[in-house]
Amino acid sequence: MTDATDALRVDDLSIAYGGAPPSVSGVSLRVRRGEIVGVIGESGSGKSSIALAMMGLLPDSARVTAASMEIAGAEMQGASERDWCRVRGVKASMVFQEPMSALNPCMRIGAQIAEVLRIHGKADRRQARARALEILELVQMPDAAQRLDYYPHQLSGGQRQRVVIAIAVAAGPSLLVADEPTTALDVTVQAQILELIKSLRDETGMGVLFISHDLGVIGQLCERVAVMYRGRIVETGAARRVLEDPRHPYTRALLESIPRPSVPVRSPLAVIPAVNDFAEVPPVLEEAS
Amino acid sequence: MTDDVLRVRDVTQRFGHGAGAMTALDDVSLAVRRGETLGLVGESGSGKSTLARAILLMRRPTQGSIEFDGADVTGLRGGALRRHRRRVQMVFQDPNDSLDPRFTVARSIAEPLVAAGVGPKERNRRIADWLDRVGLPMDAARRYPHEFSGGQRQRIAIARAMAAGPEFVVLDEPTSALDVSVQAQVLNLLVQLQRETGTTYLFITHNLSVVHHIAHRVAVMHRGRVVEEGTGEQVMNAPEHPYTRKLLESMPVLYRT
Repeated sequence: MTDATDALRVDDLSIAYGGAPPSVSGVSLRVRRGEIVGVIGESGSGKSSIALAMMGLLPDSARVTAASMEIAGAEMQGASERDWCRVRGVKASMVFQEPMSALNPCMRIGAQIAEVLRIHGKADRRQARARALEILELVQMPDAAQRLDYYPHQLSGGQRQRVVIAIAVAAGPSLLVADEPTTALDVTVQAQILELIKSLRDETGMGVLFISHDLGVIGQLCERVAVMYRGRIVETGAARRVLEDPRHPYTRALLESIPRPSVPVRSPLAVIPAVNDFAEVPPVLEEAS
Repeated sequence: MTDDVLRVRDVTQRFGHGAGAMTALDDVSLAVRRGETLGLVGESGSGKSTLARAILLMRRPTQGSIEFDGADVTGLRGGALRRHRRRVQMVFQDPNDSLDPRFTVARSIAEPLVAAGVGPKERNRRIADWLDRVGLPMDAARRYPHEFSGGQRQRIAIARAMAAGPEFVVLDEPTSALDVSVQAQVLNLLVQLQRETGTTYLFITHNLSVVHHIAHRVAVMHRGRVVEEGTGEQVMNAPEHPYTRKLLESMPVLYRT
């Protein structure tokens, strides 16, 4: 396979806000088409900054540098806002944590999906509604035909997130960036949305960059994972391997801090020391075969 | 005989009237043993927070009663209600809900002590003691909530809840907004404080792995009813109710047994 087939390939990415020390440094990531790659980290680890950088959505105060940043074959390092407009929604789309803030509360959901199709020239005014219905069915919205005319407030949280995902995949992007898309949802709904993301990946062959703080969710969904600590990747590898046999001390500490069946009840959970010594341990980087 | 601190008897809570009425709690009965943690699990809308409000006597239930140490407290008013309130405290998901941003940490912790009639000298002693017990430096007393991280603020909220020596503390999703590494610290602290003080906890959460870790017994709520109750082991390893099974199957694999 040639590089052009990768959904995302970024080399040596650094992000700094204002004059502050970089909040992301030296990050390299690759998402093949049809692959789900997780980025895991705690608050402030830089994982959301990476997600926004992949969509060209960081504020002007952020300085983004990279040796290269290819999205579905398009080099976006130093790209202008005009270039990004040709990529966003078409080659790469994003799903956020809170569906209500991603949707227009005064617009029927069918119209919101149709709008994306028209903007990206995927359907004209007459076809758009029929196509919107197809996409709503693709994201497994129950009673899709009827719900096309619903407003966001008439839907449950899980259904709203389905609409957000429908809008994201409407124009057939090669890359889906999902930033904590299930964090605000109940576990039973979360399980359904994770299944949906998998099935969309299977059907469309898009690559998914999945940002989460939840190791369990990452383990459930992702083929590969990158562990972030203070703006750097400390470990990458197959998700199963990283979760079952973590090699970097930070990954190990993170896993040990989670209550899980193998830890005796009410026994002290491991506490991650606040000192900086994890950053001094060289990262464990495993490129996928 | 088991020593129950709290008994919830046949509590029903309805909101609204006529066709718009909804039943948030439907004939709920529960008992919490002294010195133990009862984990209350459920998804949004299951009624777990409504039940917490009923237990804290923040809203009188439509039917049923709340008993404390064998005495019915459902209808308490005035001085008797205020005296009862000293025995029961609450920790919220968001520590900012119980910490006034304009109060110093010392003043926030002092508030329930003042309400309990503790004199100034003893108050200062207890504030210092509790700051130490929750792992905060002494100079924290003079500082304001915004100067602390989310995990530290939750420690302050815990110190505030515990300082007046309550018998019963309701913890409503106390670690849900925290990073896992900070969650671990707060869970460790809660377990340690319970060992030291013998305080009974009602731990409300949607997180099954957290509840399994911290609770002696677990009650599962679904649509206003308690659908299953048992030890953490029973509920996690041999769930009986179909809803509990569905919850467990929805859990990411890492946390399953």
